[in-house]
Amino acid sequence: MRSLPLRSWKERLLYTPQAEPETRSRIRAVTDSLILHVHPAKVPVSALRFTYTWALGGISATLALLLLVTGVLLMFRYEPTIERAYTSIQQLETQVVFGSLVRAIHHWSANLLVLTTFLHLLRVFLTGGYKKGRAVNWLIGIGLMLLVLLFNFTGYLLPWDQLAYWAITVSTSLISYVPVIGPTISRVALAGPEVGQGALSNFYALHVAVLPVMTTAALGYHFWRVRKDGGISRPEREEGRAERVTTMPHLVRRELAVAAAVIAAIVIWGMLQPAPLAELANPTRSPNPAKAAWFFVGLQELLLHMDTLAAMALIVLVLGGMVILPRWDRHEENIGIYFRSPAGRRSALLGALLSIDLVPLLVFADEAWIDLPAMFPAWPTLVSNGLIPLAGALIGLAAVYAIPRKVFKANHSEALVGLFSFLMASLVVLTIIGNIFRGPNMALVLPF
Amino acid sequence: MCENHRQDRLDKPLHTELPEGHTLSRRDFMKVGIGALGALAVLELGGVSLMFLQSRSQEGEFGDTITAGPVDNFPAGSVTEFTDGRFFLLRAPDGGFLALHNRCPHLGCTVTWEPHLDRFLCPCHASTFDFYGNFDNPPVPRPLDAFSVRIQDGVVLVDTFELRRRENFAPEQLTYA
Ligand code: HEM
Ligand code: FES
Repeated sequence: MRSLPLRSWKERLLYTPQAEPETRSRIRAVTDSLILHVHPAKVPVSALRFTYTWALGGISATLALLLLVTGVLLMFRYEPTIERAYTSIQQLETQVVFGSLVRAIHHWSANLLVLTTFLHLLRVFLTGGYKKGRAVNWLIGIGLMLLVLLFNFTGYLLPWDQLAYWAITVSTSLISYVPVIGPTISRVALAGPEVGQGALSNFYALHVAVLPVMTTAALGYHFWRVRKDGGISRPEREEGRAERVTTMPHLVRRELAVAAAVIAAIVIWGMLQPAPLAELANPTRSPNPAKAAWFFVGLQELLLHMDTLAAMALIVLVLGGMVILPRWDRHEENIGIYFRSPAGRRSALLGALLSIDLVPLLVFADEAWIDLPAMFPAWPTLVSNGLIPLAGALIGLAAVYAIPRKVFKANHSEALVGLFSFLMASLVVLTIIGNIFRGPNMALVLPF
Repeated sequence: MCENHRQDRLDKPLHTELPEGHTLSRRDFMKVGIGALGALAVLELGGVSLMFLQSRSQEGEFGDTITAGPVDNFPAGSVTEFTDGRFFLLRAPDGGFLALHNRCPHLGCTVTWEPHLDRFLCPCHASTFDFYGNFDNPPVPRPLDAFSVRIQDGVVLVDTFELRRRENFAPEQLTYA
């Protein structure tokens, strides 16, 4: 009887004047219809296979939710001025109850999200998830990847420590090398001659208002689109006669389990490992080495080896290739199969192995022996240090595509798997080299 | 009334032939007009936002006129760092003054003056610059940027609100007492 007032409140909120036994089923009906706005009533059994999606989209979504909740909490304590930002973070770490934990959850979720979004992109590529009418969602996905990077980039500055200050200084300097628009973007982003209050205000407004709104809209569309495209991709031979089970409980229960596991893991990790905080930003002394934000360090590494314009051209080509991918690879018959086929699997392995061998070798050779400007002193550096390495890279990529075609008799789609594996593995290898094997003066060092 | 109206609409084909001499129907006029007004409104809002954002770029944290000190404080051939002003004040052997930004034009790390090398050194990618800020080798794209120097009543003033990019050092860049 004592719970009566509470129950009646619940009832009023849910507009359920009915008597007792129905209340529960009513609530059930409301949540069910909410879920059914996102999911279809039934899903194919094959779409539930963990080893197909690795739940990477769901893990990313859970992290995004954690980021939203902890981000709002942090906003109550953080002060976006260059006088107070660092102190307010220090207070969070030392005085605020659970301050350190909330900050740690936000920090680790953000960094992990970069990783899971990237892996989700890989998964979608490897299973051909952009085929059969899913091109739009592939593009939205690329947009989401960029949004996640922008989120991390703008968040990087907010603690206003040495790491933040110089990473943003180096990164915005990098941006200003982009031809035509670069200097303007960099100037608008900084709102001043160097990283200062203008930049902090900009990054804060982007981080807590502009980007969340854009990401929420894009994510909402992304999910809706998955349903609209007939659920996630699956092998063609299954279509039509696939065994289906009800979304509730089969899919929803799995989603909840993954979400619970992610949240538990992040909270435990956050308790063990607080988010790092370096000393207060000092605009008059850069640390040595000064590196860009960790997810841009692969790009910074590339810039050590070729002229900025050449590196930009390479990046634009790769991004462009990803954008046109749904039109470039139209072999729809192999949708839903990892690596497309045994030949595709071999191509992928070859691409990844080549990259893991070649990229470190080239980096080391360039550091130790190759000095292109000195080898071709008569030519301008734009040619010797720009066109030559760019041409070399493109020829190499063409070879990575051609070898599977010739040797494994791979078709176009399968050879693209090799090319893509090579590129993504190279990005990972460059990121690792730049983050771990670069010491003072950006010289190659052993981390141990 | 209402019935009539509907009847009216139904009788007429959707796109009526326009009378001779007319090129725009009322409906098209409204469409174009509203579209144009809408576009104008978007442009105005965009302009307002841009100008709103612009104004802040003038409140730089550094970017004042900095009083470096009396001319005689700086012997010929000396390099003095003003950390808060973000510049090095150099006095050339012939007595001319030059103020150089202390950030590397490559990616913006701070450079240090190394007297024994007679060079500015950037730790980030091991670039070096000579006394006048000329760079020795890539990846640096240009010499150290400069601020303008004025001399008033025997006192050296450095205006740090505008960076000057230079192709190369030239004697005109020096300011004499
Ligand atoms: C914040 C980041 C993202 C979140 C939260 C997210 C979430 C999801 C979820 C929950 C699914 C359902 C299937 C699954 O779990 O794998 C999905 C599918 C999909 N995602 Fe994402 N995603 C994100 C970013 C991306 C990116 C970077 C791409 C690629 C450029 C992408 C492209 C796709 C495509 C094409 C599908 C349909 C795949 C198929 O049918 O096999 N998404 N996403
Ligand atoms: S920032 Fe000075 S050499 Fe790169």
